[in-house]
Amino acid sequence: MKYSGIKVLWEGLRGNMGWKPLWRNPDPKKSYDIIIVGGGGHGLATAYYLAEKFKITNIAVVEKGWLGSGNIGRNTTIIRSNYLLPQNQPFYELSLKLWENLEQELNYNSMVSQRGVLNIFHSDNQRDAFVRRGNAMLMSGADASLLGVNDLKKMVPFLDFQNSRFPIKGGLWQPRGGTVRHDAVAWGYAKEADSRGVDIIENCEATNFLVKNGRCYGIETTKGVIKSKKVGVCVAGSSSQVMGKIGINLPIESHVLQAFVSEGLKPVIPGVITFGAGHFYVSQSNKGGLVFGGDIDGYNSYAQRGNLPVIEDVCEGGVALMPMVGRARLLRIWGGIMDMSMDGSPIIDKTNIKNLYFNGGWCYGGFKATPASGFCYAHLLATGTSHHDAKDFLFNRFEKGRLIDEKGQGNQPNLH
Amino acid sequence: MLIDHPLLGLRDSSEFIYMGDAKLLNRPNWKSKNSKTKFIDYGYLRKNPGGVHKELWYHEQGDRSWLVVTRNTVTHEILKVELARYLKRKENAK
Ligand SMILES: Cc1cc2nc3c(=O)[nH]c(=O)nc-3n(C[C@H](O)[C@H](O)[C@H](O)COP(=O)(O)OP(=O)(O)OC[C@H]3O[C@@H](n4cnc5c(N)ncnc54)[C@H](O)[C@@H]3O)c2cc1C
Repeated sequence: MKYSGIKVLWEGLRGNMGWKPLWRNPDPKKSYDIIIVGGGGHGLATAYYLAEKFKITNIAVVEKGWLGSGNIGRNTTIIRSNYLLPQNQPFYELSLKLWENLEQELNYNSMVSQRGVLNIFHSDNQRDAFVRRGNAMLMSGADASLLGVNDLKKMVPFLDFQNSRFPIKGGLWQPRGGTVRHDAVAWGYAKEADSRGVDIIENCEATNFLVKNGRCYGIETTKGVIKSKKVGVCVAGSSSQVMGKIGINLPIESHVLQAFVSEGLKPVIPGVITFGAGHFYVSQSNKGGLVFGGDIDGYNSYAQRGNLPVIEDVCEGGVALMPMVGRARLLRIWGGIMDMSMDGSPIIDKTNIKNLYFNGGWCYGGFKATPASGFCYAHLLATGTSHHDAKDFLFNRFEKGRLIDEKGQGNQPNLH
Repeated sequence: MLIDHPLLGLRDSSEFIYMGDAKLLNRPNWKSKNSKTKFIDYGYLRKNPGGVHKELWYHEQGDRSWLVVTRNTVTHEILKVELARYLKRKENAK
């Protein structure tokens, strides 16, 4: 289906009776060229880029629930390319470039809103670290600038500048960062993948892999056996569970991350703002709700709900940064399961089993990565080689000692 | 979550620091065969099960003991709490 202004007008005049579902609801065929396991943002983006860039359309995406039931529909929707390390930053900048053109490309309104991301700093040391990060961003072709207190007072006057414990000294500002309507990303990719012939099969859980002589040739699902020349796993928080079916242990722990939305308020927060002295990030949705979050709960969990101490910690961070939010009421809280990797960076790689590929370990930063992850995973699945900007996201970096550890925390997933 | 500390009784989980899979108690011997592979496994690879999980919690804001907590990662139910040093001592005595 094609969206346009004329179509909206036409449908408006005819009682909106002509809109159709965005994707078909097919039964699985006997075999495909490629099966993607997991219909989250990354899986759907992969299918779309395989069809669009590599002209491979005999593809199935199998999803155990409904599209958008995983983290793609649970995150706090922030996109940015403000990483430090050379293995990461070009990849996230590729992603931001793809976001910038996404709505035109998919003919779908995903509300990509480049309202800017502002990282506040509170000390001289932190400023120096942010200057270094800003330079790394500029070198990758991204945008960044350093703002002083006076700039911030004009831009975000409601911050607690004189906070006696964490006075505000300035901020690192990326104007091209922002937010995107998260589930519309899944729907947009699904619509365009489907229209190119990709079968999106919902309510179909992959229960095992078909492997013979070290080669994968399909999967078992709750809708029967489906054969395939290649299988790409892309199941985020469920990565260990799915790869565990064939005895592969991953450098990943699953942790719960919570998100929060307040009641609707008048427009007050211009972009995305992050606290530099605790973990708190906030933006305001178009409906007026403050959308915010903080740390993961910090223990292995598949529960999709968190506990109270983190809620308290996040709210304390918010009030320390901008006391005005203290009287806003919380409307909703939910959790999602994060695939926290051992160094905080993702994996897009082949596995030891031929024709079986893996994409995961996104921690809590995988939403912004959606387009580039799909793009690079499609590249790997189609050509058998890593995309240039994802060439370091390999399994063997752990044994080789080439960790991509932005924070320098070591192999402790709950600290990344 | 409340953790039933064997010495101190029920304590709030926020008094603890979480260290992950209790397999960390079994550090490989560097002189053993394939010790490199064993250390890669020890340092980086995890079963990460959905269900019963044995894990290390350190009572930092309390008596500073290491606990081995058996917990269900799907329901957050805590099934068993033991002192790590007690378990290790028992194992070494064997
Ligand atoms: C609260 C929260 C806030 C976040 N905030 C941000 C943010 O601000 N910015 C950012 O960049 N990132 C953020 N993230 C992270 C981001 O959402 C994830 O990293 C990203 O969505 C993961 O990729 P995905 O979309 O493919 O995952 P998912 O949508 O989880 O997709 C995986 C899919 O696989 C399916 N699946 C699992 N097992 C099977 C099986 N056996 N067979 C078939 N299908 C299966 C699942 O049902 C699921 O739909 C946040 C996450 C959470 C939970």
